[in-house]
Amino acid sequence: MSTATLEPRVHAPRNYLNADYGWKSWLFTLDHKRIALLYMVSVSFFFIIGGSFAVLMRIHLVEPQGALVQPETYNKLFTLHGIVMIFFFLIPSIPAVLGNFLVPLMVGARDLAFPKLNLLSWYIYIVGGMFTLYSAIAGGVDTGWTFYTPYSSTYSNTQVTAVAIGVFITGFSSILTGLNFIVTIHKMRAPGLTWFRMPLFLWAMYATSIIMVLGTPVLAITLFLLALEHLFHVGIFSPALGGDPLLFQHLFWFYSHPAVYIMILPAMGVVSEIIACFARKRIFGYKIIAFSSVAIAVLGFLVWGHHMFVTGQSVYAGLIFSMLSFLVAIPSAIKVFNWTSTLYKGSISYEAPMLYALGFIGLFTMGGLTGLFLASLATDVHLNGTYFIVAHFHYIMVGGAVMGYLGGIHFWWPKISGRKYPDMWARIGAVIIFIGFNLTFFPQFILGYLGMPRRYAFYPAEFQVLNVMSSAGATVLGVGYMIPLIYLIWSMRYGPISEPNPWGATGLEWKTASPPPTENFAQIPVVTEEAYAYAPEEAAGD
Amino acid sequence: MSQPIVPQKTYVMVFLGLIGLTILTTGVAFIDLGPFNTVAALAIAFSKMLLVVLFFMGVRHSSGLVRIILVAGFFWLALLIAFTMSDYRTRSWTPAPDSWSSSAPPTHP
Ligand code: HEM
Ligand SMILES: [Cu+2]
Repeated sequence: MSTATLEPRVHAPRNYLNADYGWKSWLFTLDHKRIALLYMVSVSFFFIIGGSFAVLMRIHLVEPQGALVQPETYNKLFTLHGIVMIFFFLIPSIPAVLGNFLVPLMVGARDLAFPKLNLLSWYIYIVGGMFTLYSAIAGGVDTGWTFYTPYSSTYSNTQVTAVAIGVFITGFSSILTGLNFIVTIHKMRAPGLTWFRMPLFLWAMYATSIIMVLGTPVLAITLFLLALEHLFHVGIFSPALGGDPLLFQHLFWFYSHPAVYIMILPAMGVVSEIIACFARKRIFGYKIIAFSSVAIAVLGFLVWGHHMFVTGQSVYAGLIFSMLSFLVAIPSAIKVFNWTSTLYKGSISYEAPMLYALGFIGLFTMGGLTGLFLASLATDVHLNGTYFIVAHFHYIMVGGAVMGYLGGIHFWWPKISGRKYPDMWARIGAVIIFIGFNLTFFPQFILGYLGMPRRYAFYPAEFQVLNVMSSAGATVLGVGYMIPLIYLIWSMRYGPISEPNPWGATGLEWKTASPPPTENFAQIPVVTEEAYAYAPEEAAGD
Repeated sequence: MSQPIVPQKTYVMVFLGLIGLTILTTGVAFIDLGPFNTVAALAIAFSKMLLVVLFFMGVRHSSGLVRIILVAGFFWLALLIAFTMSDYRTRSWTPAPDSWSSSAPPTHP
């Protein structure tokens, strides 16, 4: 996204991209759209780093005794892969990129409520990221992204503290983003935009922001206590110092289970927009979808103990957490059924964003259903700590959240860049990603069921075939991700100019120019109709 | 939005109150109240928190929305503590096979 690609065209109307030039105009910008692009470049950077770690792991696992690295290095690879992908890619991806860009446009405002905090959040994110990268270079960390004590506090002699500080710092950027969205959605909606006329993406961002604001401080405190124990031997988690290791897991998962919803809720919001647009129908059960986002945000805080069934947590607490985990599956299922019902009798077209959205529905469903296997007390004893878990959360986080992110990027790319991307390549890319993804992760369900533990650098020879399949799939997936990267960069300069609303979509963001002017709207729009007024009989205005 | 102008005196009083309570915390730490050590410390901390929230953060004059958000914060903290305690308080209920029981006393009665 270098400024060199943004040459002024002779007749180009002024927009947020050509309003100003030079690095200062980017690094000191208060424009939410430019900050979104800063985030887009940075999360892509971290995605590539995290992806490289994954590639190294998959190459290593081609052979049972390990083909590439020392076991110690392998431990560092999966740890950094997880930390980078979760804290530096997935959590900021949709909220900080698409959310930053779209929330003000969708509410019909000129910017977020606190533009300076918004820029600050990006700088905080970068500082946290630098800490983490530094520690990767300075020796790495091998605790797993979960930092479980007492290993992390007492035994590991890697860069635990530096990484914990990095993640700690980055947490504040997520709090600021959430705060900004909550205030903007409450206070800055355009006249006529009542809560139940808001696009579902806004509801999803609102629910996500609640989690960010209420959950992230707990992660910060937990990591702070960890660092305190590591540096000053204050007894909190380590039994040797009179602490309780399970307390760490309670605190960690109080944030980190809701955090999985920070990753998936925004993607669900994106999918609601795309499905309605490419089925050309009002979304089925609008209010239920909106409320289910909020229900997920709240219920999602009450299930964390399902990560601790076999750790020595009380069985009675386990019972409660298991039951609540089954309950939280209901709002997710509601969404899936509503999207499917929206498709029913819709006039569906299979543009690239729609392919990603349909992929999301299928893969998320598989990820969510296998979550129920893990939420059952008895089956979890067998599946816990195996590749089944790795498959479960990748189906949700990669099959779900990353597909949602890419779908959103493709859907709003003409709005963001003012240009189109090659349609055929985009569809090919989406299909390759879908195939590569399944080839990579489906075998892992089987491996886990057969008993292959996660986080090991070696495995018994009988598991080789499935592991090679998985590694082969990772190659396909990697190629799949390269394709959009290439044509999107290409399209910034050479893509055909897009009209303001190429998909004929509803929503305020499509009512302004593409790319939008710095102030978003010449006049603050007035909303007179429901969201998703696609079908002719429902469209009151046009 | 518009908040009444609070006289400076109020802030000074609250500040002095906070200092006083801090001294009290320190003082109480020297007296052994048995099980009430924690209770006393928490009660003082709670009053200090109320002073800060109501006066310094101006929640006394804030809108209902701000108050809801404030209450939500405390409610979530309560959830964290309650569900964590649901583990600690019931761990020792677990019927263990006889052969296990002799080893260690329950850590969290
Ligand atoms: C919606 C998005 C979801 C995401 C992003 C997600 C992600 C994850 C992740 C990252 C882990 C592994 C944590 C680790 O040990 O490193 C995990 C484990 C687990 N997930 Fe999910 N999950 C989601 C939904 C669900 C649902 C809906 C359920 C059940 C109702 C569920 C049940 C579980 C359980 C029980 C475990 C722990 C398994 C074990 O450690 O034995 N998940 N999930
Ligand atoms: Cu969970």
